[in-house]
Amino acid sequence: MSDAPARPRAEPQPARPRAVTRPARPRAVTEETTLTRRLLIATAIGFLALFVMLPLAAVFVEALRRGLDHYLATFSDPDTQAAIRLTLLVAAISVPLNMVFGVAAAWAIAKFEFVGKSLLTTLVDLPFSVSPVVSGLVFVLLFGAHGLLGPWLEAHDLQIVFAVPGIVLATVFVTFPFVARELIPLMQEQGTSEEEAALTLGASGFRTFLTVTLPNVKWALLYGVLLCNARAMGEFGAVSVVSGHVRGLTNTMPLHVEILYNEYDFVGAFAVASLLAGLALVTLVAKSVLEWRFGDALGQSRLH
Amino acid sequence: MGAAMSTEAMETVAIRAEGLEKHFAAVPALNGVDLDVAPGELVALLGPSGSGKTTLLRIVAGLDHPTAGRVFFGDEDATALPVQARRVGFVFQSYALFRHMTVGDNVAYGLKVRPRSARPSRTDIRKRVSELLELVHLPGLEKRFPAQLSGGQRQRVALARALAVEPRVLLLDEPFGALDAKVRRDLRRWLRDLHDRTGHTTLFVTHDQDEALELADRVAILDRGRIEQIGTPDEVYDRPATAFVAGFIGEAVKVPVTVAGGRVLLGPHGLPAPDGFRDGPAALFVRPRDLVAAEDGEDVADTMPLAVAGVRRAGPARRAELSIAEHLPAVEIELPPHVSPSRGDTLAVRFSTLRLFPA
Repeated sequence: MSDAPARPRAEPQPARPRAVTRPARPRAVTEETTLTRRLLIATAIGFLALFVMLPLAAVFVEALRRGLDHYLATFSDPDTQAAIRLTLLVAAISVPLNMVFGVAAAWAIAKFEFVGKSLLTTLVDLPFSVSPVVSGLVFVLLFGAHGLLGPWLEAHDLQIVFAVPGIVLATVFVTFPFVARELIPLMQEQGTSEEEAALTLGASGFRTFLTVTLPNVKWALLYGVLLCNARAMGEFGAVSVVSGHVRGLTNTMPLHVEILYNEYDFVGAFAVASLLAGLALVTLVAKSVLEWRFGDALGQSRLH
Repeated sequence: MGAAMSTEAMETVAIRAEGLEKHFAAVPALNGVDLDVAPGELVALLGPSGSGKTTLLRIVAGLDHPTAGRVFFGDEDATALPVQARRVGFVFQSYALFRHMTVGDNVAYGLKVRPRSARPSRTDIRKRVSELLELVHLPGLEKRFPAQLSGGQRQRVALARALAVEPRVLLLDEPFGALDAKVRRDLRRWLRDLHDRTGHTTLFVTHDQDEALELADRVAILDRGRIEQIGTPDEVYDRPATAFVAGFIGEAVKVPVTVAGGRVLLGPHGLPAPDGFRDGPAALFVRPRDLVAAEDGEDVADTMPLAVAGVRRAGPARRAELSIAEHLPAVEIELPPHVSPSRGDTLAVRFSTLRLFPA
């Protein structure tokens, strides 16, 4: 400040002679010694290499062990093609569904006060806390031949379990939290005042949602959809229970990997697995780009 | 109500609140509020946090709904009118600018969302936006984003956005709350100026009494969901109607006293009580200017000798802290230039104004 009397800055004091040698720079209280730091970094990298990099590399090495021809041959197998098609179909149905459900749930939880809100918040997380196998079993118990709704479904000639609808249902259930969990903290942080401003300016509720709420969460929504899609394509447990493993009909890529592996077709198994691993890598890169480019728009929770 | 009223106006009341009550889960936020605002008037809602002033503003805007009571705009009962149909210009405390839109799009929003039949052409909207930005002294900032503006600039964009819809009334929630002192003072003067030029009926919420007293035609002081007093800044400042207002306005110190037999007993000291004041416990509110240092040769019988506990600077004035008795809060006196006591001295003072309320 200019009004403060100019005070001479503290001149660097001539170093007093010291008996012991100390680090030239005083260490911040949260800073560790060089040795501790190096040990920690080495541990982390070693762990990552052993448990993440190595298996990932192994997938591609195994897939290409007998050359590119064998690798590519896997994908001309009609059962493999069917598995890829089914996986894409399931993702194409369940991801948009969860986008709508997720936005609706997040909107309700973040912007409104109602009875049972905390229960709904807990329920959103349920698919994460329940074992996927249990999730799959629930659908079998509900829709299976001996399930609650089984006789009714049979009477109307509807096949849910051991068919595509069951796989979609299980996938939707398992991947439901991804979009909602991305959006809820961000929407809560943003509050409702922008929406209120739009309303006072004469915008209808739907118009406000389209022009204010949605644009404010679009990057977080994309982020959630990305994670949701990765899980939808990779889900094994729940889908395995409801699928019935009918080759060419109800076999998704993760299930197909298991079948091929059990048949000692290692190249085939790892070739399909390499596709899934590739999907994971693409997701990871896209996720990093989003975090780097739109970190602010994803909300503070992302930056921790 | 000696407010600036426009005589040509058809309506004598622009905003009327009638018996407004609001309960949040059984907790009353408003407790029977009546308020009339004349056309073109600038009225401040002043009160501590939790007094219900923002709730009142939001109910007038249609953002909250009253548990009981009615809101009128002119002769029209607006209680059941949805917020979109009320045509109010609302400026939020945090401005609530649309962060993903440019300044120009923010200001144009209210015009763009109109139904096609009532929507001005694109050129007209652009023209109106640049006029409004001119009005708030931000010409040419259409392409900026809110994040690229300072707090004061955002505040003015929010005001331009609210004015774009040609509102019947302008409602401001803590308009200067998030700004630093210098910007606040400038914007305060600027807002008063803008109000005088555009003549919008304006209701604004503040917890800052200087702001309310300087800016408003009339000030409504709220406490615990009730309007304690409403009047011109002079009325509420010079003649507080209730003990709450006396304690809230001005820098008053509340001294618990006892009135007995026509005397106000202040610790060891006694003063004549106002005529007809009931005996019993009472509260005396002492502002720095209510006490006067006795001149040399003045009759000592009317004065109280008080011990000086400290002297400090308060802006242009010097104040001394005086202790009445050990168990009573210290009061302050504004010192005349030629009196400069030091700590430990005794100063003979008398009351120029006695603000006494039954406790």
